[in-house]
Amino acid sequence: MHRWFQDWSLPLGTDRLGRDVLAGLFHGARTSLAVGLASAATAIIIGTIVGTLAGFIGGLTDEVLMRVTDAFQTVPGFLLALAFVSVVGPSLFVVVLAIALGTWTGPARIARAEVLSIRERDYIASARVIGMPPLEIAFREVLPNALPPVLALSSVIVAAAILTEAALSFLGLGDPNRVTWGGMIAEGRTVLRSAPFLSIIPGIALVLTVLGVYLAGEGAVETTATRRGRS
Amino acid sequence: MRRAFILLRRRLIGSIPVLLIVVVGTFLLLEAAPGDAVDAYIGTTGGDAGLIESLRQSWGLDQSAGTRLAAYLWSLAHLDLGYSVTFSRPIRDVIFERLPNTLLLMGSATALSFGLGSALGIVAGARPGSFRDRFLSIGSLALYAVPGFWLGLVLTVIFSVQLRWFPSSGIETIASGKTGFARTLDIAQHLALPVAALGVIYLALYLRIMRAGMAEVWRMDFVLAARAKGLSRRRIVIRHVARNALLPLVTMLGLQSAAMLGGSVVIESVFSVPGLGRLAQEAVSSRDTPLLLGIILVCAVLVIVINLVVDIFYAVLDPRVGASEEAA
Amino acid sequence: MTPRVSLQGLGVSYRRDGTEVEALRDISLEIRPGERLAIIGESGSGKSTLALAIAGLLPASTRIEGRIDWPELGRVPQNGRDIGFVFQDPASSLNPVLSIGEQIAEVAYTHLGLNWRQSYKRAEELLHRVHLPDPASALSAFPHQLSGGQRQRVAIAEAIAARPALLIADEATSALDTIVQAEIIRLIQELIAQDGMSLLFISHDIALASEIADRIAVFRYGRLIEIGDTDAIITAPAEAYTRQLLDAHMGLDVVPLLRRADARRPS
Repeated sequence: MHRWFQDWSLPLGTDRLGRDVLAGLFHGARTSLAVGLASAATAIIIGTIVGTLAGFIGGLTDEVLMRVTDAFQTVPGFLLALAFVSVVGPSLFVVVLAIALGTWTGPARIARAEVLSIRERDYIASARVIGMPPLEIAFREVLPNALPPVLALSSVIVAAAILTEAALSFLGLGDPNRVTWGGMIAEGRTVLRSAPFLSIIPGIALVLTVLGVYLAGEGAVETTATRRGRS
Repeated sequence: MRRAFILLRRRLIGSIPVLLIVVVGTFLLLEAAPGDAVDAYIGTTGGDAGLIESLRQSWGLDQSAGTRLAAYLWSLAHLDLGYSVTFSRPIRDVIFERLPNTLLLMGSATALSFGLGSALGIVAGARPGSFRDRFLSIGSLALYAVPGFWLGLVLTVIFSVQLRWFPSSGIETIASGKTGFARTLDIAQHLALPVAALGVIYLALYLRIMRAGMAEVWRMDFVLAARAKGLSRRRIVIRHVARNALLPLVTMLGLQSAAMLGGSVVIESVFSVPGLGRLAQEAVSSRDTPLLLGIILVCAVLVIVINLVVDIFYAVLDPRVGASEEAA
Repeated sequence: MTPRVSLQGLGVSYRRDGTEVEALRDISLEIRPGERLAIIGESGSGKSTLALAIAGLLPASTRIEGRIDWPELGRVPQNGRDIGFVFQDPASSLNPVLSIGEQIAEVAYTHLGLNWRQSYKRAEELLHRVHLPDPASALSAFPHQLSGGQRQRVAIAEAIAARPALLIADEATSALDTIVQAEIIRLIQELIAQDGMSLLFISHDIALASEIADRIAVFRYGRLIEIGDTDAIITAPAEAYTRQLLDAHMGLDVVPLLRRADARRPS
């Protein structure tokens, strides 16, 4: 095992099995970002559809869907993801779905709230008058206008997804065929006393990535706000 | 007080269908697991097809999913959570043995994050735009990006390995025979790092919410009116601004309880704290699905109870809540 | 007679989006002890800015020129103690999570050197003075439990709690129903007379002002157009703008208008 900055071809050193830490960082980045974006997208899609249907159709459908949403919010998201991955088996696709299962409720509530206020507006009434079928109204007129507040939340969801994926990999439930930062941290734990850098470095990468996602998100929100304000 | 009871009754009735959905949903999820408790048992102990057959029968695993679900719901009504193969004990006993440790961990972490976070948020929000405001803002954003388990390891390296101030695992020194105050101190020492790891991240969250809340409340008319009354700045900041900015914070407390419970899973793993979270991980690794189901159920009930308590707390803080029902 | 408050060449400019917006220009007037002065103007006339300037409640980024003097006082005036301020919207000018008793008592506690028990006693007395029903139980009530008129009475109680020399009512009746409006006007008149306060009554309604004020000052676009005794302003305004304001009033039951018609009728 090399320590960091000992050998210039291995700037960040290697772990016990001789694997290059820097290369691991790059591979882990791919996994983290891929999972983060994919699960956020899935959560937003599921949430928006559920929220739009609940808000638009109302009545019993709304009640049932909201109770289901409550149920998903009552079980801690990480615990649910844990159970899901352990039941179905760890693969990238399963991890993405597991994280989405724990996160879709936020977008669902926001979408529903937006839909409830949009529903009463004039352009919806005119769509009804010209005979547009309700489902078409829901998805062509209502949903696109309910989206902005949900998307404002998207960077937070991506950040949370990245952290959740790291925690799952740390516990050994990530995709075993891929290098993950969480997995690297878990490996480094065995030599924590002698070579703490093996656990610390991937964590720094995580912090910087998540921070970057937050700042990118805040920047995007500000630009859209100023653009809308100026127009 | 009457307002609190009306709220309590309404929320309790509303929780029943939610719990039902949780039970059925989790049951169906765990149905999808390849293999069952018998396979897990045989996997460790070994046996032939005849043994598998008889075990399935005696454990009732050869019946249809519907029958088993009905049986499970029936036993739930008797507060019987089933039997754990891994521990060879009733699941209820195992869970309730570990529950207090998790509650202690979560409670301390919440007290730390809420107390310190809101206090720092008030400090930051008292003078928006000042240096200390921006410092606390940026600091809290950075903290919020930190993974809890990694923070736990970092704290272990610094405080346990290098400085040797705190132990790195467990909840108390085993077989030390300590009692009373000495034991409390021992537990506190062991829990210091896990509580810090779990709490610091939520501290950042509450700080930001308090600060944002203060900035918004500062602009309200009654704050100008308070200034027109010539009240001391201290009184305005605490009694008028912070007191109102506290409300969204309390709402967050309830919403974050589920997340913190999930976070305790990893923290307990890192620090080997014998709590519910660690139990969940053990259940996963030994494929003990009834145990996992039991844990998820208990956690759901815990979240509901915590939310209920928080809602009552909110109703105490905000006299406008439930007012229309009281009047009716 | 020494004025209670004297304004000389007062000018106020706000800084907004990098440009300076002038809200008041070269205002000189005085508020006499015990007098009731009404400031009349439409939106944008600067009348609220004047009130906030006198009370020292303008944002830090405003530029203030000229002088505001308090000859009788001999020191810098303090909010609450020397100036009582009643805002327009009682729904938002009261803290929703504190009891009414506390919000009145805190003024007495801060300025009169009383302890909390004494302050609450004084709060109860004040609630009695503003004719709120059942003052003892009102102390522990919350703003959302009261009607608009009752809330404004509480706001007035808060404003006079420390016996200020000047009471500023900034559109204090504009958010209320007409009947309640009249009640609040009567209440203010009663309290002013009892405590010997000066009143600065800000309004857009010249007819309403004429019921309560001794003198009327007319503002337009941040400038003082005309100032004089109420009777003189109402019956024989010197400025065309003042005449426009009077003509725009549509009420049929206002005594000043009838008086004006009388004055014009050949007798």
